[in-house]
Amino acid sequence: MLAAVDAAAAGGGLSPGLPLADARALLPGLRTAAYDPQGNAAALARLAEWCGRYTPWTAVDGCGCDLGGAAGLLLDVTGCSHFFAEEDSDAAVAQGEAGLLADMTARLARLGFTVRAGLAGSVGAAWAVARFDPAAARDAARHATHPWRVVAPGRERVALAALPPAALRLPPATVELLARFGLDRIGALYDLPPARLTPRFGPLLARRLAQALGGAPGAAPEGAGEPISPLRPVPPHLVRHVFAEPVIAPGDIARALDRLLAALARRLEAAGLGARRLELGLYRVDGTLRRFTLGTSRPRRDPARLARLFAPHLERLDPGFGLEVMTLAAAAVEDLAPRQLDLEAGTTASAGGPGGGPRGGPGDGPGEALAALIDRLGARLGLAAVQRPQPRESHLPERAVALTPIVRAPIVQAPIVQAPIARPSGTLGNGVGWSWVGWSWVGWSGAARPHPPRPLRLLPRPEPIETVALLPALLPDRPLAAPPARFRWRRLARRVVRAEGPERIAPEWWRDDPEAAAPARDYFRVEDEDGRRYWLYRSGTQWFLHGLFG
Amino acid sequence: MTLAIPAANPTVDPAADPAAGPAAGPAAGPAPVPRFLPPRPLLPRSGTPRGGAAPGRLAALRAEVRSLERGGARAPGGTGRSLALGVPALDAHLPDGGLPLACLHEIEGALAERDDGAATGFCLALLARLAAARACGPERRPERRPERCLVLWVTPWRDLHAPGLAAFGFDPGRLLLVRAGGTADVLWAMEEGLRCPDLLAVVGEVEGLDRTAGRRLQLAAEVGGVTAFALHRRLRPQRGMAAPSAATTRWRIGPEATDTPHSGLGPARWRAELTRCRGAAPGQWLLEWNDATGGFALAAPLRDGAVALPPLRRRAG
Repeated sequence: MLAAVDAAAAGGGLSPGLPLADARALLPGLRTAAYDPQGNAAALARLAEWCGRYTPWTAVDGCGCDLGGAAGLLLDVTGCSHFFAEEDSDAAVAQGEAGLLADMTARLARLGFTVRAGLAGSVGAAWAVARFDPAAARDAARHATHPWRVVAPGRERVALAALPPAALRLPPATVELLARFGLDRIGALYDLPPARLTPRFGPLLARRLAQALGGAPGAAPEGAGEPISPLRPVPPHLVRHVFAEPVIAPGDIARALDRLLAALARRLEAAGLGARRLELGLYRVDGTLRRFTLGTSRPRRDPARLARLFAPHLERLDPGFGLEVMTLAAAAVEDLAPRQLDLEAGTTASAGGPGGGPRGGPGDGPGEALAALIDRLGARLGLAAVQRPQPRESHLPERAVALTPIVRAPIVQAPIVQAPIARPSGTLGNGVGWSWVGWSWVGWSGAARPHPPRPLRLLPRPEPIETVALLPALLPDRPLAAPPARFRWRRLARRVVRAEGPERIAPEWWRDDPEAAAPARDYFRVEDEDGRRYWLYRSGTQWFLHGLFG
Repeated sequence: MTLAIPAANPTVDPAADPAAGPAAGPAAGPAPVPRFLPPRPLLPRSGTPRGGAAPGRLAALRAEVRSLERGGARAPGGTGRSLALGVPALDAHLPDGGLPLACLHEIEGALAERDDGAATGFCLALLARLAAARACGPERRPERRPERCLVLWVTPWRDLHAPGLAAFGFDPGRLLLVRAGGTADVLWAMEEGLRCPDLLAVVGEVEGLDRTAGRRLQLAAEVGGVTAFALHRRLRPQRGMAAPSAATTRWRIGPEATDTPHSGLGPARWRAELTRCRGAAPGQWLLEWNDATGGFALAAPLRDGAVALPPLRRRAG
C-alpha cells in the first residue's frame, strides 16, 4: 500500500492508500522506496531544529500524518518577522512576514523538499491555509514560486470560509458525515449554532472551529486558543546573527561570536542578570545544526571571558561548506549586580594584557581567579568533573565519601568552629568505641582524625586474595579474628610481619541493597616484610584487600 | 603639562628639572653612558680573589647563576624559593636549603604500582608541609583568595580516599579533585591549574611523562609560580634508564619496614631516593613521617629508634 506519492505520481492518478499492484498497473515505470516511519520522524525533528534559525519556538505537527496528509511543522513567529523588514509599521510587518516565508520556502526547496507554508493568527487557520489553499489550483504558476499564503490578522473568518471542512483537522469519519449533510464549505458552519453541531458531530468540530477562528467566540482573548509546545525549551535570552554569505574562516566565526557575546552582554546587563549556561547554535549551509553548551560556576556576562571559554569548542568545529546563521542563547540566568569600576585601578577586570587575561584584574571579587579556573576546566571536561570530597554518614569505607561537583558544594569559608563535629559510631570487636568525624573547610584539629586510620588508596572493588593462616590462637574467644600469615595479591605472595585490628564494620541493614545482607567485615592493617601496608578484611571466610596505606 | 612625581631615589631632585616629567631619574643625568660597555660588570672590578670584597661578589654571582638556571622563577608564598623539609641532612643536600618551589617534581614508586601507597604518602607529606608553611591553619580569616590553600589533584582514576589524607595532616577540605579522561586531559588540566596564581600546588597522576610534556609543565610552573607534582603510576616497573626529563627533582620512593619493638604498625617510613635534582647530586635517605609534629625525620636503620630533629613549627589547630 502506498504511503505517500509525489507530484508526478499524483498527476498519474495515484493516491495514498492504493495497493502497490494497482499502482504498478496504472504507472508501469513506478519507482518505490520503503516506508520508514522512524526515519521520517527523525528527519522531521531535525528539520524542526533547523527551523530554529527563524524562531526558537518550533514543534512537529502531529496532525498531518495521522490524517493521511503530508508531514508538517508548526512555528510561532511572533515578533520574528522584523528580521526581514526595515520599519515597525503594519505594512512593514506584513512585508517582513512575507519575506520570512519566502526565505524559508526557498531554503527548504534548495534542500530538496516540496513545501507549502501558511501564516495566520491561530494554529488552526495557519494549518488550513497551508494545506488547503484554493488559490493554488487557480494560479499554479504563481504558487510554484510563492508557495505560501499569509492571512492578515483578523481576516481568518474570510480566509477560511472557502476551504473544505477537512481543513479543520477533523477525522475522516466526521468529514464524511459533513459531506453527507451537504456542508462542504467551512463558511456554511459559521451560521450554525454550536449547540446544534455538537450532538451530531461531536464536540471536536466546535472546538476546532473555535481554535481556527482564534479563540472561543466572545470568551477568551484573541489567539489564546491553542498553544504550541516547543521541541526544546525556549531560552529567555537569544541573539542571532545571519551572515550575508556562508563563512568558513575561523577568524570570521570568532569575530561573529564576539559580536554576539557583546549583544547578549548588553541585554543581560540591562536586566541585571548573568548567564550560568550558554548555548551556541551554528547552522550550516547543508541544513545541519551544531550546538555547544557551556556552563559556568558563577553568573557571567563578560564577553572576553566567555569567548575564551568557547575557544576550544570552536577549534574543533567543522564548518562544512559554511555557516549561515549563529545563535547564542542564555539558557540559565541568575542575578548579577553591575560591575563597579575600581577607581584606583581605573579599569575593569576584563581588560587583561597579554598573558594577563586568565589571572583576572584588580576589580575582581574574592575567589575570582579560582572561579575562572573552574570555568576553564569545566568548559573542556564538564563542570561535573571538578569535585570536592564531602563526608557522608556511613560506616562503609566505600560510601564514606561523596565526591560532589563543586558547583553544588562551593567553597565557603566558614567561621572558626570551636569543637570538631564528632559522631560516635561503631564499635570494635573487643568493645572499644571509635568515632568518625566530619571535616569542613575550617580544618582539622589533632583529635579530629578518623581512628582507626583509613587507607590512602581505596580500591574501587575489593579484590579477593588467597591467604594462609596460622592456627587461630591470638584471641581464644574469637577464633577467626586473626590476620593471615601469608597472602597472595595480584600474583605476588606476601608475608605478614605486623598487623593491627580487627575493626568490625557491619553492613547497613537499613538499606534495601543486596550488599546489606553480606556478613560483617573484620578489617586489619597489615605490614609485609618489605614495609608495604595493606588494608585487608575478612567477610565470612573469604579475605579481600581493600586499600593501601602510605 | 607634566606631573612631577617624586622619584624613588631621594638624591635626585625633580624640582630642579620640572620639565623632564616623571621619567626623570638617575639615568637621564648629563653624562652620557658609553654604549660599548656592558651594562653590568661581569667580573669584579675591584679587588682580587684574595681581596675582602670577593666572597660577597662570588655569592651574589652564584645566586645570579642559580636564578638564571631556574629561568627567573618567582615563588610567592612559603619560605622564599624553597620548602625546608625539616631534615638538616636533606635540606643541606638540596639547593637553596629545601625543596625548590614553583617547579615540577616527579615522584614514582620504586616498584611501579606496588609502591603507589608509598609514593602517594610521600607526596601528601610534602603537601602538608607546604600547607603548614603557608599557614593554612583553621584560624585564617576569610580573605580574597581561597585558592591559597587549595590543592588541585588531577587524576583519571578514582581511588584516592579522602579520610586517609588526614593521617598525613592534610585537610581533605583543601582538595579540589578533577576527573580527567586521559593523559592529554590530565596534562591540560595541570597546565590550566598552574596558570591560576597562588594555588598551593597542582598534583597530577600520570602514567608516563614524555620529554615535551615535562618541559611544558616545568615552564608553566615557573611562569605561574605554583609547585607541580607529577605522580607516576605505572602498571609495570620501568626497565633500564628512565627517560631524561625536565623536572627539577625526581624522587623514587620505596617502603621501609617499621622499627618499633611492639607488634603494631609504626609511623610511615620510606626509603626516598633522589634520582635527579637540578643543582645537586642524587642521594638516598631513610625518612620517617612524624604525624604529631608534621615533619620528616631521618630514620636510623637500626633498632635504636629514629633520630629526632627539630620539626617545622605548626600553628595550633
